[in-house]
Amino acid sequence: MAEVRSLRKGEVALRDLSKSFQINGRPLSVLRNLNLDIRSGECLAIVGASGSGKTTLLRVLAGLETADAGRVLIDGRPVAGVGTERAVIFQEPRLLPWLTVLGNVAFGLKVRGEDSGRAEQRARHYISLVGLADFQDAYPKQLSGGMAQRVGLARALTVKPEILLLDEPLGALDAMTKLTMQQELERIWREEKVTMVLVTHDLEEAIYLADRVLILPKQKDGAPRAIDIDLPRPRDRSGARFVRYRQELLREFGLH
Amino acid sequence: MSLQELDRSIIHEGGSVSAKADEYLRRSGAVAGGWLSRYGLLIAFLALWQAASTAGWINPAVFPSVGAILSALWTGISGGALLDDIAISLQRSGTAFAGAVVLAIPLGLLMGQVRPIENALDPVLQLFRQTSALALYPVFILLLGLGEASKVFVIFWATLFPLLLSTISGVKEVDSKLIEMARVYGASRLTVFRRVVLPGAVPSIFVGLRLSATTALLLLIASEMIGANKGIGFQVMNAQYNFQIPLMFAAIFILAGLGLVSNYALVFAQRRLCRWSDASN
Repeated sequence: MAEVRSLRKGEVALRDLSKSFQINGRPLSVLRNLNLDIRSGECLAIVGASGSGKTTLLRVLAGLETADAGRVLIDGRPVAGVGTERAVIFQEPRLLPWLTVLGNVAFGLKVRGEDSGRAEQRARHYISLVGLADFQDAYPKQLSGGMAQRVGLARALTVKPEILLLDEPLGALDAMTKLTMQQELERIWREEKVTMVLVTHDLEEAIYLADRVLILPKQKDGAPRAIDIDLPRPRDRSGARFVRYRQELLREFGLH
Repeated sequence: MSLQELDRSIIHEGGSVSAKADEYLRRSGAVAGGWLSRYGLLIAFLALWQAASTAGWINPAVFPSVGAILSALWTGISGGALLDDIAISLQRSGTAFAGAVVLAIPLGLLMGQVRPIENALDPVLQLFRQTSALALYPVFILLLGLGEASKVFVIFWATLFPLLLSTISGVKEVDSKLIEMARVYGASRLTVFRRVVLPGAVPSIFVGLRLSATTALLLLIASEMIGANKGIGFQVMNAQYNFQIPLMFAAIFILAGLGLVSNYALVFAQRRLCRWSDASN
């Protein structure tokens, strides 16, 4: 498996990406000539006020929306539409209520025509990785919000994506569960060596997890800005430099 | 407290024999209590009927005693006379119901999935649905004669629509977020249908099946009251004409029984198939 990993790249490049929506008959520009390179294995967090287009950017990356102009390149190849090298984790777990945890986690592989025994074998591995080995026969309605989101994470990991796209994955969880899940995400990201793009509105989450934080401005205010988070991992949320990064990001939003 | 919890508490607490006996009594008491709270009123109703009829509070010629009805029921069934009626009635409603299932479920799945087909068929569907099947029965008789065909067809007609509409709405109400999730994993349209839409629509299809089963029995009786010489519905009318009131009530009881049995069978199947769904509990 290690050889396969080293061949993996998961590099993303966005070139002159633009996207606008029709709101009440007039176009609203959400992304304008965006250029961005995401390194292989990097964890990039995207933050921005609501309406700044962070979710749209992620959906374009996922292939769920098409850009009006510009290109998305993955490992140097232009892509259109969804692709098996990318997996998405949404704010809601989006589990199929009629399948058990095992069935849900194996779903991504089965959909691709993978043999059911092998799919479930791999699913079991990732169910243990997210700490739900005792719950593989449970149904989604029996799970708490945090557990359901772990199942969604395991489902995404099972298909071994090069790029994991996360759209406010912890946004609906309570504060304590959220902190635990951030630690889990960081551990899994390190173990799986996957490129991770995380949309969040939680600045602390961004600093805790990301190598780099991309701040999307509200349209008129100018170009996107990226801040490198140069902190050893696992990060100390109350450390002086962590707090300084937090202040720097807050200033970006005009909050002191 | 569920029975399982009771079981556990017996294991944990039941040290001495007397404690076990106590538990056993309490447990059987709880079961009996549950049974009584569910069926007590029904039993009281039947007892009141029996008493009112034998004591002459109500006219026994119109409301014969429960005992007289049960004996008429027994005579009819053991003599085989009512069995023939039950058989022909089941055949009529069963054929019509099966026909409705075979047509409505595939058509509903198609209409729920393909917008242009739904758009084209919906106005016709709405018109037909709002036209009472009973009002159309004379038309069906003119077209198909007074025999089996018109009876089966009127039941089929009435059972088709609840099932068709439930299937369509079941398909359309499948969470679009789940469909998007499946697409992200590279599912083709057919795979999305097979693995997401179809299982998601099953609870709603069962609602339609139960509605249709009820409608089938309703229309069965109506159709057998007009121009039939066999069947439970005919028996109800015929017994009334001949003033065999216990037999009339016996036939009515059989109808109620058929309704209960078909509904329980569907509920049972639904529980097996949709254990995941809240709606099935």
